[in-house]
Amino acid sequence: MQDLTEPILELVRLASTDLPPDVEHALREAVVREKPGSAARGALETILTNVEISRANSTPICQDTGTPIFYVRHPEGWSSRKLRSQIEGAVVQATQRAYLRPNSVDSLSGKNTGDNLGGDYFPTIHFEEAEGDTLTIDLMLKGGGCENVGAQYSLPYARGGEAPMQAGRDLAGVRKVMLDAVYQAQGQGCAPGILGVAIGGDRGSSYYASKEVLFRKLDDANPNPDLAALEERLTGEANQLGIGPMGFGGQTTVLGTRITSLNRLPASFFVSVSYMCWAYRRRRMVYKDGVVNYS
Amino acid sequence: MHQITLPMDDATVRSLTVGEPVLLSGVMVTGRDTVHKWLTETFIKKTRQPAGDDLKVYEAIKPLLKGSVIYHCGPVVAGLDSGNYRFVAAGPTTSIREEPFQGDVMRHFGIKGVIGKGGMGAKTLAACQEVPGVYLHAVGGAASLIAQTVVAVLGVYKLDFGVPEAMWVIQVKDFPVVVTMDAHGGSQHTVIEQQSRAILVELLSRP
Repeated sequence: MQDLTEPILELVRLASTDLPPDVEHALREAVVREKPGSAARGALETILTNVEISRANSTPICQDTGTPIFYVRHPEGWSSRKLRSQIEGAVVQATQRAYLRPNSVDSLSGKNTGDNLGGDYFPTIHFEEAEGDTLTIDLMLKGGGCENVGAQYSLPYARGGEAPMQAGRDLAGVRKVMLDAVYQAQGQGCAPGILGVAIGGDRGSSYYASKEVLFRKLDDANPNPDLAALEERLTGEANQLGIGPMGFGGQTTVLGTRITSLNRLPASFFVSVSYMCWAYRRRRMVYKDGVVNYS
Repeated sequence: MHQITLPMDDATVRSLTVGEPVLLSGVMVTGRDTVHKWLTETFIKKTRQPAGDDLKVYEAIKPLLKGSVIYHCGPVVAGLDSGNYRFVAAGPTTSIREEPFQGDVMRHFGIKGVIGKGGMGAKTLAACQEVPGVYLHAVGGAASLIAQTVVAVLGVYKLDFGVPEAMWVIQVKDFPVVVTMDAHGGSQHTVIEQQSRAILVELLSRP
């Protein structure tokens, strides 16, 4: 079996330091919507300059290089045990080269392991066997600021107070709690954000799917017309909230919305929202016939 | 643009108002979750006894913090092996987690500015009016750009807290921030939250 430690290290470098083209494009479209001289415009201009500096110097776009989340789809016969050890080796080297911040902290002692390893879930690696002879590794780096403002709702959901709502078990209810999640996040998740939303599942699979759907590109249409319509409506309405980049106020609170659905139990109806910051770091590596390609 | 050299005097702090962009230069110290908890428990509320180098660090950081700013930041640092430290990526972390501690930490050390992102709450705003102080919002995620304004790493305390949680003493030049909470009780975060809530209520009423 081929040793892929070096190519995976390059995948980590790319993910941390070079924002994907579709995300940068969305940010460039957003900047011209904001009023010249406004704090919102200034924030987006700073963000785009930072993206260019990071790419030119191979330095992390954001110092919170997050939890490295790997999705590996491998052909029959590959050893997931060896792949895990190669991914871990690449993560340790990426930390030594300052592409990643040492981010793995023992929750009981508070001690940082210093090399981004620790237990079975750091880094997080999902394996799946796929048909054919192509190996694909997707990597997402999701920082803590945006992870902390993620939310999960159990429908029906009702509350009183200053922003009362009643959200039922249908797409109208889903829309309401999604809007609430954006409002609750304010600028804390480094707006403008991207919403990954899963409808259904159990609590665990629902959150899992809400992250997985964030691997879809921003310009990739949802195959389900109802969800495509809800994605578009939600992005538009979230931007009416006026929270704006960094919570400075302005036109752009959300760059895009990605929704998926899972089967659920008759008794449960979860809506899980994973908020991704503007520093939407995801990259793909494809290995076939000894050749590695990145996108 | 308003340029400020640290430490700041009270008149300078009071001259700043919400919405104003500022470029900061001078010496500041990073500190986030572990630091705020440690400072509060060990030196302010005194619910735990100082241990190890606690007292030595306390005496060293007091003059650095007085009149200066604390930066909510967990940087990516190169040169960890050699001790020839260099900031590679150093954007702000979310500040609201320090809300239980920040006001008391500002009063205790005479800290006149807090840099972070996302804003803070009523307790910190009250401390900004008393000390006086300001909350300075950096652009979240702009880590490579901000690291370029860090011209020197002068030292580090509590590295045993881990690289992101340690207190890094840094010299900056033209560090870009926006005032979002001022010494006169103004908070842009309160305004945006109230405005967006009214719009949310309207949107929720639609079918």
